[in-house]
Amino acid sequence: MRYSIFSLLRQSWAGHTGWTPAWRDAAPKSDYDVIIIGGGGHGLATAHYLASQHGITNVAVIEKGHVGSGNIGRNTTIIRSNYLLPGNTPFYELSLKLWEGLEQDINYNAMVSQRGVINLYHSDAQRDAYARRGNAMRIAGVDAELLGKEEVRAMLPFFNYDDARFPIQGGLLQRRGGSVRHDAVAWGYARAADRGGVDIVQNCEVTGLAIEAGRVVGVETTRGPIRARKVALAVAGNSSRLAAMAGLRLPIESHVLQAFVSEGVKPLIDTVVTFGAGHFYVSQSDKGGLVFGGDIDGYNSYAQRGNLPVIEDVMESAMALWPGLGRIRLLRHWGGIMDMSMDGSPIIDHTPIEGLYLNAGWCYGGFKATPGSGWCFAHLIATDKPHPVAAAYRLDRFATGRLIDEKGVGAQPNLQ
Amino acid sequence: MRIDCPHCGSRDVQEFIYLRDAGPRRPDGMAATLAEMHVYLHERDNPAGRHRELWYHGSGCRAWLVVTRDTRTHAVFAVEALPASVESAST
Repeated sequence: MRYSIFSLLRQSWAGHTGWTPAWRDAAPKSDYDVIIIGGGGHGLATAHYLASQHGITNVAVIEKGHVGSGNIGRNTTIIRSNYLLPGNTPFYELSLKLWEGLEQDINYNAMVSQRGVINLYHSDAQRDAYARRGNAMRIAGVDAELLGKEEVRAMLPFFNYDDARFPIQGGLLQRRGGSVRHDAVAWGYARAADRGGVDIVQNCEVTGLAIEAGRVVGVETTRGPIRARKVALAVAGNSSRLAAMAGLRLPIESHVLQAFVSEGVKPLIDTVVTFGAGHFYVSQSDKGGLVFGGDIDGYNSYAQRGNLPVIEDVMESAMALWPGLGRIRLLRHWGGIMDMSMDGSPIIDHTPIEGLYLNAGWCYGGFKATPGSGWCFAHLIATDKPHPVAAAYRLDRFATGRLIDEKGVGAQPNLQ
Repeated sequence: MRIDCPHCGSRDVQEFIYLRDAGPRRPDGMAATLAEMHVYLHERDNPAGRHRELWYHGSGCRAWLVVTRDTRTHAVFAVEALPASVESAST
């Protein structure tokens, strides 16, 4: 069923009794052209673009739980493309352009809201670094504006501008950045892929990869073996575990990243702001909750929950930036498992196993990359050539020295 | 999460800094090949489950420790002082 004002009116008159499930709960067939492991944002987007852009529809997305139960529902919903390095900027800009046309493409309301993203700076050196980043973005065709203190104050009057230690001097603004309803992204891509002919197989955990003579021929699952000519991994958080089934060791550590939502309040902040003197950022959801994010806990974890020191650190940063937040109560918090790669940048590449493709290492940046990741991964799977904007995301760059170290901290995930 | 430091007793995780998996040994810098250095620097087993790892008690005795921990539950099984025979973990 195509969603439109007419379908809504028809259903209104019919008492909303005629809505059909957004996607089929498919049982696995015995054989596919492509199996995508991981029914999260990236896997579902890959399936959608395989079907819609490359005409490959004999595809299954295999998910161990239910669609959207992983990091696509555990992030802080920010989209932006304010990257510095040439290996990153065109990729994230493609992703942002796909966000801008997403709802028309998948016929689903994902509540894409380009409310802007402001990175605050607190020193002359940080201003210079942000000016450089903004210039790099504009050279790459991305919008960026360097704001002074009074321009930021006019937009966000309630911050602590004259903090003795971290006075706000200004900010780098990307107006086209913003936020998206993250669950709707998973559901919308699942529905679009299903409409394109893709089987979405839920509650089907992969227990092994079938490899014959250096070539992948299928997967073993809790619902039986499934043959496939190509198998694609999109399981960030658990990439190392899946890769180990093929005998591969990845340049990745899994870490827990916590996020937070306050109680709902009236509209308070109409953009996304990152604090420049600590890892803290804030936006407001449409339900009124303030959404905060911070740093990873800093040790290997698959637990999907973190510890109190990081919560305290995030709240201290919040109070330093915005003292008025002290009156608002925290409603809930949760953790998601990040693939922290050794240079802070992702991997979209072949593996040494023929027919096995890898999409991994998204670190903090997986949600905003969802459409671009799916687009480029589908291109790689369909054509066996990397998409031009993702050509730097090679698995072998760690061995050859072509790292994309956006933050310049080296192979130490808890410093990225 | 608390870590039972063999020198200081049980302390909050805030006093410690995590480095990495305790398994990889740094190859001899002069004799090592680029491939060996790559494996040491970048590749990780990254298991879901029991993991031996290097922690530094920065706000305590400032000793390096080997902590055995479950990465699925954060339960700590064992904490040992770093044996003298192990490479310097400050690299």
